Amino acid sequence: MNYLEFEKPLAEIEGKAEELRAMARSNPEMDVEKEAAALDKKASDLLKDLYRTLTPWRKCQVARHPDRPHCKDYIEALFTEYTPLAGDRNFADDHAVMGGLARFDGKPVMVIGHEKGNDTKSRIERNFGMARPEGYRKSIRLMELADRFGVPIITLVDTPGAYPGKGAEERGQSEAIARSTETCLNVKVPLISVVIGEGGSGGAVAFATANRLAMLEHSIYSVISPEGCASILWKDAEKMREAAEALRLTAQDLNELDICDKIIPEPLGGAHRDKDAAIKSVGGAIRDLLRDLSKMKGKELRDDRRKKYLGLGSKGLAA
Amino acid sequence: MNWITNYVRPTINSLFSRREVPENLWSKCDDCGTMLFHRELADNQNVCTSCGHHMGISPRDRFTALFDGGVFAEVEVPEPVQDPLKFRDQKRYPDRLKAAQKKTGEKEAMLVAEGEINRTPIVAAAQDFGFMGGSMSMYVGNAIIAGAERAIKLKRPFVLFSAAGGARMQEGILGLMQMPRTTVAVEMLKEAGLPYIVVLTHPTTGGVTASYAMLGDVQIAEPNALIGFAGARVIEQTIREKLPEGFQRAEYLLDHGMLDRVTPRTQLKDELTTIIRLLMGMDPAVVADLPAPAPAQPEAKAATPAEKASDK
Repeated sequence: MNYLEFEKPLAEIEGKAEELRAMARSNPEMDVEKEAAALDKKASDLLKDLYRTLTPWRKCQVARHPDRPHCKDYIEALFTEYTPLAGDRNFADDHAVMGGLARFDGKPVMVIGHEKGNDTKSRIERNFGMARPEGYRKSIRLMELADRFGVPIITLVDTPGAYPGKGAEERGQSEAIARSTETCLNVKVPLISVVIGEGGSGGAVAFATANRLAMLEHSIYSVISPEGCASILWKDAEKMREAAEALRLTAQDLNELDICDKIIPEPLGGAHRDKDAAIKSVGGAIRDLLRDLSKMKGKELRDDRRKKYLGLGSKGLAA
Repeated sequence: MNWITNYVRPTINSLFSRREVPENLWSKCDDCGTMLFHRELADNQNVCTSCGHHMGISPRDRFTALFDGGVFAEVEVPEPVQDPLKFRDQKRYPDRLKAAQKKTGEKEAMLVAEGEINRTPIVAAAQDFGFMGGSMSMYVGNAIIAGAERAIKLKRPFVLFSAAGGARMQEGILGLMQMPRTTVAVEMLKEAGLPYIVVLTHPTTGGVTASYAMLGDVQIAEPNALIGFAGARVIEQTIREKLPEGFQRAEYLLDHGMLDRVTPRTQLKDELTTIIRLLMGMDPAVVADLPAPAPAQPEAKAATPAEKASDK
């Protein structure tokens, strides 16, 4: 298990408990259980303490945790008959974006999401979840397909941002993002989006412009990364803590601003500590939101999305 | 705002300010270094008369040059919540706003106006790079929505001049949400069957290109304008190679199929007229001297840019 910087004291205690148990395994006459149990208790208290009030910067770290469940995990666990559909029909298939037809609770849906990968090989293959124009154009194609056949769309957002590359720019990264957002706004089927980790700027907007947006408890959605913001406004990338604070990028802030419609609770210590529980709670949220939208039909769904975005920002945060 | 404030007031002001001698009669071209007489430069819409380099131009000066006789009426923009996040970096956001207002003499980073170009009615919006880098704020979003709604009401095309570094960080996620919001405005124009023409000016980057600035029915750019999603420095750091000459410049984008046209500022008015009249099924614009404007009009036209220049 990977520990975050602020979890170092926790790592020490859990490490000690594990050490003790390992010793006992090789040395059967040693009785360490009491001591180990005490350490376990200490660790769980500390964990509770650490996660009770996570600062915005710590939330960013949790949202980016390498062991956090990713799009692929959610698709495998929550959907059946997942049938990936590939390619933008113009240039390539972008592996940073996965998507295809599937069933959710037995009903057909289109699921699309950013996939970051979980080891060096898959991270490189997935380009760390940073999509190129082809990824957005694939998503446009899949959303339009879903729209034609009346299939609801579920998007899973988890990206540091759109890929800043030479080819990506040449092939119209910004145009692809703009059209993807436009397609999100135009479809006449329910569109539900869940931020499962990082909602990185325009790269996230292209998927997250939905009838209902849910966010995992420790996920973030921001105009710019705290590091980027710090280096521009503070002229010092090390001021990311201050930037994370000022940007109001947590699920709780976005909920208060009416951008996020639902906060999905995470297991204690973050989604990565109990992936199954996290995935299950996302499944529950998707179910609730789909039910919410089931009364709306066709154009109503599109109008609902328009109304939501036109009305945004009519209130700020209390000081 | 109405014709009195836009047109009578500049005339009156010009009568009183005429005796002042401008401090800076000459300015230097950013590119070729030629010294340019301020009035000549203003008459040429801040395009270097020597090398054709396009320098920044404020929305008000642009509109004065664009609209017939320099006459336009501002479209009112609903005020958003001020400083919604109580944002503070090294400075407080309201202080940054005030400084930008003082520097530009404008309320915010976008100006929306209605008027005629070559007797062709339009609604236009122009982004002000001089105002906090033109950044897309809730006000900018409201301005685009107000402009689109006005265009729909008047059944006119909507012309948008973009210039921005991206979304306004000080408004955080609410700045970013102007991407979908402005996209809704573009959709409304499409549904109303009205042309939406984007003129990309230097520089247009970030979330602005990834929304309304790339969704035009016709995409025009001013020469050498920087247009892109990611910054060149970020790209070079990511891919660890040097970017080619002219990367993310208007001509480069034209070559890569991302634009319809690259057009010098001084020709934009006629070109926009042609395209709009073709799309709207109107007869060609009358190519002849227009009827003589009311007596005070030419003065207002000449005085406004000069007066602006002397203020600097």
